[in-house]
Amino acid sequence: MTIAKAIAMNRFGLGHRPDYGSSDRQQAWLLDQLIRFDPSPQVVAAQPSRQAIASAFQSYRMDAKQFRNMRKNKAGTEDQIAMLEAQRKESRKSLQNIHMEAVDARLTVALNSDTDFAERLVHFWSNHFAISVEKPPVVALSGNYEFRAIRPHIMGKFSDLLFAAVQHPAMLLFLDQAQSVGPSSPMAKRISQRRGKQFGLNENLAREILELHTLGVRTGYDQSDVTELARALTGWTIAGFQGGPAQRRLAESAKTGDTVFIDAVHEPGQRRIMDKTYGAEGADQVKAILSDLAVHPATARHVAMKLARHFVSDKPPEKLVNRLEDDFLSTGGDLPSLYRTLVEAPEAWPTPWNGAQAKFKSPWEWLVSSLRALNVRDLPTNMKTAQLLRQLGQPVWKPGSPAGYADETATWAGSAALMRRVELAERIARRSADRIDARALAPQILPGVLANNTVEAVARAESPSQGLSLLLVSPEFLRR
Amino acid sequence: MQYHRRSVIAAGLSGLAMSVAYPGMAWASAATDKRFVFILQRGAADGLATIAPTGDPDYLPARGDLAQEALTGNKLDSFFTLHPAMVESAKLYREKQARFLHALASGYRERSHFDAQNVMESGAMQPYGRDDGWMNRLLSLLPAESAKAMAIAPAVPLILRGPVPASSYEKSRAKGPDGDLMQRVAMLYAEDPALSSLWQDALAADAMANMQQGQMRGGAAIGSMAAGLMSGLAGARVLMLETNGWDTHSRQKGRLGNQLKQADALIAALRDGLGENWNNTLVLVATEFGRTVAFNGTGGTDHGTGSAAMLFGGALKNGGTVQADWPGLAPANLLDNRDLRPTMRFEAMVTGALSDHYGIEPGQMKKTLFPDFV
Repeated sequence: MTIAKAIAMNRFGLGHRPDYGSSDRQQAWLLDQLIRFDPSPQVVAAQPSRQAIASAFQSYRMDAKQFRNMRKNKAGTEDQIAMLEAQRKESRKSLQNIHMEAVDARLTVALNSDTDFAERLVHFWSNHFAISVEKPPVVALSGNYEFRAIRPHIMGKFSDLLFAAVQHPAMLLFLDQAQSVGPSSPMAKRISQRRGKQFGLNENLAREILELHTLGVRTGYDQSDVTELARALTGWTIAGFQGGPAQRRLAESAKTGDTVFIDAVHEPGQRRIMDKTYGAEGADQVKAILSDLAVHPATARHVAMKLARHFVSDKPPEKLVNRLEDDFLSTGGDLPSLYRTLVEAPEAWPTPWNGAQAKFKSPWEWLVSSLRALNVRDLPTNMKTAQLLRQLGQPVWKPGSPAGYADETATWAGSAALMRRVELAERIARRSADRIDARALAPQILPGVLANNTVEAVARAESPSQGLSLLLVSPEFLRR
Repeated sequence: MQYHRRSVIAAGLSGLAMSVAYPGMAWASAATDKRFVFILQRGAADGLATIAPTGDPDYLPARGDLAQEALTGNKLDSFFTLHPAMVESAKLYREKQARFLHALASGYRERSHFDAQNVMESGAMQPYGRDDGWMNRLLSLLPAESAKAMAIAPAVPLILRGPVPASSYEKSRAKGPDGDLMQRVAMLYAEDPALSSLWQDALAADAMANMQQGQMRGGAAIGSMAAGLMSGLAGARVLMLETNGWDTHSRQKGRLGNQLKQADALIAALRDGLGENWNNTLVLVATEFGRTVAFNGTGGTDHGTGSAAMLFGGALKNGGTVQADWPGLAPANLLDNRDLRPTMRFEAMVTGALSDHYGIEPGQMKKTLFPDFV
């Protein structure tokens, strides 16, 4: 069953490492990882806290404001203005650095983990509940989002994950929830009377919860459901991250960077969503709605489809999707049950290996598996992870859209993207060529699936480095 | 004020007889030197800000600040004003090399970006109704010389997917791999049809783009690169490129201004880079749907329906006009009490513009590009 090992390592895991478990019971090995998974390994635990990130963002805002004011009012000498500008740039850079270090931490965990099936699940869910650093306030929070809202919940219920994801500041900022105000809320009324300034709803987060996070698109909700959910969501905002009218209403105990619910911003009244009326007021109202959405049959179908697509094929077998769906419904969205169903699904373990029909690795999957194959544990300092993934077409936490990155061959198998992989394979192979013999490595990383064509190409390479490059861009290694 | 400016093309495709719209036109086979560029604004660009209906009495009250900004733009006629960031586009309009279309939409009536883009690219009547795109089907109507197609994207987008081969190109930041390795990769992929065809495309595009490398940035750099990829005998004749960042849910004013500035620079660079060939070129800029008429509570706009599209090119017919059967922005005239009501179909507009451009009979064009369209 050598093919089974290749599937366990590459399809369910993040690729071979020299110390990879040699068990011949591949399914048991994968399921054991669900128990051994560490939600907070040292490198993740060492990342800055949400509060520290929020303070860094606040000081950037302050520096920027000071600089703007001084320049506008021509209040200082040229030297003073130059100094303030330098200060502003410095604080912006520190936000960037928090992001870059989080990207590095994510890669370090992926390269070193021996529970890489669980790590793949972290990446899967982080993409399902996608945020994107194209919005500046999200930049520094991006790592914290995956580390604190996704990682700790992937072994729980789907509803736990949903709550944690949509209430994290990164999501509230990315989808404009932080500033959304109930038009008839006490605060909107008072402020519009006093200053004639309008505050109101933003329905971005509500729409994406229904369309992307839970029910899925075209599953029966309509515009009024979106608007009603947007009303229910009002009140959720972030302490001390941005300005805005709600900030003065914070409880004294609220820590900078915390997600808080402010009653005065919440749209009063009951809500009607998907033919059900929710009477509870305040924070309980949206919790009740999200709890129902999290176990809705459409959500079960949506999640089942996405998981099957990720682990089996672009067009997964209907029977498997149905089994996952049933499983979701009968367990109320228990995630480990779904993972077990996937691991035990015969559809995921084709023999012989289905070559061209297999999943085409995303740039992240390809980079991680390439580095793991070469036993690289840490990216050398002159290679920036974030930059490499940008070149490969999949910058970390920057899908540019709340739908996240697509999980299909057509998205990743592009000619330009393929050229980038060949270029990068050459660069990373050059660093390992004096330690690793590609001819010996090939059958270890691709047991049972290695094609003769690849064996020959590697053997005939003009240098060890070229042999490794060819192995990393071989048809079998590009797929999983 | 009622605004009626339904053009020949809009009228012809809104159901009137084609012979009215195209009197006595000779339908030759397409000339080989024609070029077509489609620029997709992913994320639902705000047509009401781009081509602002400043003559509509309900526009100012709905848009406040943003409408004030719109008033400072270039007046296109007594009713519409072009966004102030689109300086080069305004010049093209005066030279009759730009035509704007308003209150249009594809057949899609929900508000999901992804579904709407799928409909707009595939030309199907509902999301995921087809696996191929209308630009690929256009290629089947053109002689081989005119059908060389490319997308500036990491992979071929749906709009160009289909039976006629199309390639994709994206500029590399790194220095290319060495030539020997490239040849060996070609051999490695010999038995894998999918990978070997991708690799051939990658090699060809790389060679072409290396011939024309500019120092420009942002929209201008993309426009110039696009012109480079369309130059010479081997260059693309049909090109698709995508721009992102149009989903302005909050603080729309500054963000949209910058987006439009980049789009404007892109079109100008394309014009300059194409040189003489600009006279054979048609550029279409469109987005998947519009945005709400009213501002939301956070200085932005949410997903809407009717939007605007722009046509540019030296080969453009009826330049210097805005075409719209304007539905009005009074609350009673809005779709679902919130959106600009579409009165022109995107598919019809494309059919009309491409029939004119390539001299292909509209019925045949429509049947090929939008076979499901009734």
